[in-house]
Amino acid sequence: MKKLTTPRIDRCIGCHSCSLACARLVHKQISWDTAGIRIKSSGGLTTGFKANHCLACDPAPCADACPTGAFSYRKGGGVIVKKKLCITCGECVAACPIDAIAQDYTGAVYVCIHCGRCVDYCPHNCLELEEISSDQNDTIKEVTV
Amino acid sequence: MIRDHFRILVVNLTSGKGQVVHLDGRNTEVGGSGLAALLFQKYGLLDQPWDAPEQPIIFAIGPLTGYFPLMSKTVCSFKSPYHDQYTESHAGGRSALSLCFANLDALVIVGKSERLCCLSVSSRSLDIKDIDFMRGMDVDETGKLLRGMSKGSGHRTILRIGPAGENGASMSCINVDTYRHFGRLGGGAALGAKNLKGIIIHGDAIFPIPDNKEYNKLFAEVHKQVTATDMMKKYHNLGTPANLQGLNDIKSLPWRNLQATSDPAIDKINGERFATDTLLRNSACSGCPVGCIHVGYIREMFNANHRYTFKQVAYDYEMIFSLGTMLGVTDTSSVLNILDCMEKVGLDAMSGGVALAWATEATEKGLISNHETIVKLSFGDAEAYQQATKMLGTCHNDFYRLLGKGSLQAAAEYGGEDFACVLGQEMAGYATGEVFFAAQSLGFRHSHLDSGGYSYDQKHSDQDIQGVTDFLISDEASRTFMTSMVSCLFARGVYKNEILADCLNSVGYSEIAANIDPLGVHIQKMRWKTRFATGFNPEAITIPKRFYKIKTWKGAIDPLYLNALKTEYGKAITNLTKSENE
Repeated sequence: MKKLTTPRIDRCIGCHSCSLACARLVHKQISWDTAGIRIKSSGGLTTGFKANHCLACDPAPCADACPTGAFSYRKGGGVIVKKKLCITCGECVAACPIDAIAQDYTGAVYVCIHCGRCVDYCPHNCLELEEISSDQNDTIKEVTV
Repeated sequence: MIRDHFRILVVNLTSGKGQVVHLDGRNTEVGGSGLAALLFQKYGLLDQPWDAPEQPIIFAIGPLTGYFPLMSKTVCSFKSPYHDQYTESHAGGRSALSLCFANLDALVIVGKSERLCCLSVSSRSLDIKDIDFMRGMDVDETGKLLRGMSKGSGHRTILRIGPAGENGASMSCINVDTYRHFGRLGGGAALGAKNLKGIIIHGDAIFPIPDNKEYNKLFAEVHKQVTATDMMKKYHNLGTPANLQGLNDIKSLPWRNLQATSDPAIDKINGERFATDTLLRNSACSGCPVGCIHVGYIREMFNANHRYTFKQVAYDYEMIFSLGTMLGVTDTSSVLNILDCMEKVGLDAMSGGVALAWATEATEKGLISNHETIVKLSFGDAEAYQQATKMLGTCHNDFYRLLGKGSLQAAAEYGGEDFACVLGQEMAGYATGEVFFAAQSLGFRHSHLDSGGYSYDQKHSDQDIQGVTDFLISDEASRTFMTSMVSCLFARGVYKNEILADCLNSVGYSEIAANIDPLGVHIQKMRWKTRFATGFNPEAITIPKRFYKIKTWKGAIDPLYLNALKTEYGKAITNLTKSENE
C-alpha cells in the first residue's frame, strides 16, 4: 500500500508543478484547483509553503460522511473514489479536518488517491510515495495523536 | 486550446462596471506582446497624456500559459509616465496562471476611481472595493492587508503599488506577489493615476487537457529539459548575480555612476558572496519548476539585549548592480537594506539606484547639496541611500519629485546631463560597449532584454554596423514572439522554434506554429508602430557623454562607431514601421 507524503515540503518553492501534474495526468484538466495536492503559502508565524493533500486517515472521516458510497475506505488509510456514485453534496469536503478535498464550482470533488504521479514533477524532491503497511499507518497515527 | 480567439475583461473604474469582450486575432496577434498592442490600439488614446483617466492599463498572457512550464509571465502595457509613449513591462509571480485560470487572455482597466480602490476578479466574480484607508501605505503592509481581505490563497496574484505609484513617480513599479515586479517605466504611477492601489486575480477556472497523446509526452519532455539538464543551471544556482564577477572581470560592470567598469571590491559583493552570506531560500513563479527567485535575508539587532528583526528580500543581478556597485556599496546586507526600502516604497530598484548614483555624483560636483537631498549622499554610504530612497519614493520635496521623473529631468534643472547614466531610461547593468549602449537607448522597452546587445558586445570586438543592426532587429523579432507566448525569456534556450511549434501544435494552435518567424516580425512591427504613434523618435534620444568615456575589454569606446550604430539602428527601427501595410 502506498501513501503520498511530503517529507521535504520545507524545500517547496511554490511552482505548483505537483498540482498541475495531478490535474493534468489524473483528472485530465488544466488547473491548479482540481488536484489532490494543492500548494499555498503557509502564513502564520512561519514562512514558506504547505501542501494540502490527503494524509490517509484510517478510518477516513470523509468516507464516513459520504452518503452514497462514492468514497470508501482504502486498506491502509485514505479512500477509494468512485466518481460515478458521487452526487456532489460536498459532505466529504466538510468532514475532512485538514481541507484536503477540493470541490469545483460544479460540485465535483478531488482528493489524493496516492498514485504518486505528482512526485516526479517536484523539482526539489519534496514529495515521496511511501510504502506503508496497515501496522505502519497505525504507528504514524499514534505518533500524530 | 482554451479558445481560438481572445477573451478580455474590460473594467471601467469610473463606472465600476466590467465587460467581457471577445476579440479575433489569435492567429495574427497571438497573445502577450501582440495582444497588448492590439488592445492598446483599440482602447488607447494616442494623443492623450499617460494619466488621462480613459487611458488603458493592459495585462495580457499567451496561448501556452497554463499549458507548459515557464510560460509563466504576463505582459503589462500602458502609456508610460516616463516618456509618455506606449510601453510594456513584464512580470511573473502568480500573475500569468492567475489570469489564465480567471478565464481571461487579458485584463484591461480604463477609467479612474474617485477614491483609492482595489479591483478583484476571478472567473466568476468582479468586485471593486474602497480601500482609501490604505493611502500612503507601503507595499509590504498593503500586501498583508489585501491577503486578509481576499480569498484564494495560493491560487491568486496580488498586484499592488506603494507611495511611489500613488505619488506619480515615473520610476514606480507594480509589485507582484512580493518578489516580482512590473518594474520599469512607471507602471506603478499608471495604476496610481487611476486611484488603483491593488489588483487581486483569483484563478479558479478549469480547462480540459488537449485531446491528444502528444501533449502529456511533450510536457514531460520540456519539464525534463528545464529541470534535469544543465540548460537552466545558471538561473537556479547562483542565479543572475553570477554575472557580477564575470562582467567585472571583463571591465563591463558599472561602478560609482559608471566612473569605473571594474573594481577589486567585487569579491565582497559577487554572486558567490550573496549566496553564501545572505541566501535564505529560493522561490518560483507559478508553473516554473526552475525557481530562479533568490530570497536573501537580513538580520538586525534593534535592541542591545539581543532582540532581532529580520527581513526577506529577493535579489537579482540588476539590483546588486544598481544599489551595490553603482552606489559604491560593497556589503551584501547594506545592498539588501536599500533594496528593502525600494520595495516598500514601490520604486523600480534599477532606475532608483541609477538615479541616486547620478545624484551622488552631482553632489560631489557641487551641483546639488543637502538643501536638495536633505541627507548627504556619498558613494558607499548605505544608510544615506536608505533615507534617500524613502524620500524618492514619497516625492519628499521638489528635488526628489523631479528625480523620480528620471535622472535627465533632474539634470535639466540642476545640471549634470553628461554623467546621467540614461539609455532611453536609467541604464541596465551592462557597460559592455557600443552595441549595448545603442541597443538599450533605442530598444522598445529600453531593457537589456529587448535584444542580446550585451551578449553581442562580449563576443565581438570587430566593428560591423550592418551586421549589428541586422542582429538587433532579428533578435528582437524572435524575443517578441517569445513575449507573445508569454514565456520567461530565461527559457529561450529551451523553447527553440521547433519545440515551440510542437507545443503550439499539441494544444491546437497549428496556424501559429506554422508561422513563428513571420508572426514575430509582424508583432515587432505592430509594437513599434504603436510606439511611434505615441511620439517615439529615435533621433530625439541622446546618449550622455559618460558612455563615451569608459573602457571595456575592447578598449576605449569608439564614439564614431557608437554614433553610427545608433543612427543605423534608429533607421532600421523606423523602417519597420513603414514596411508593412496594416
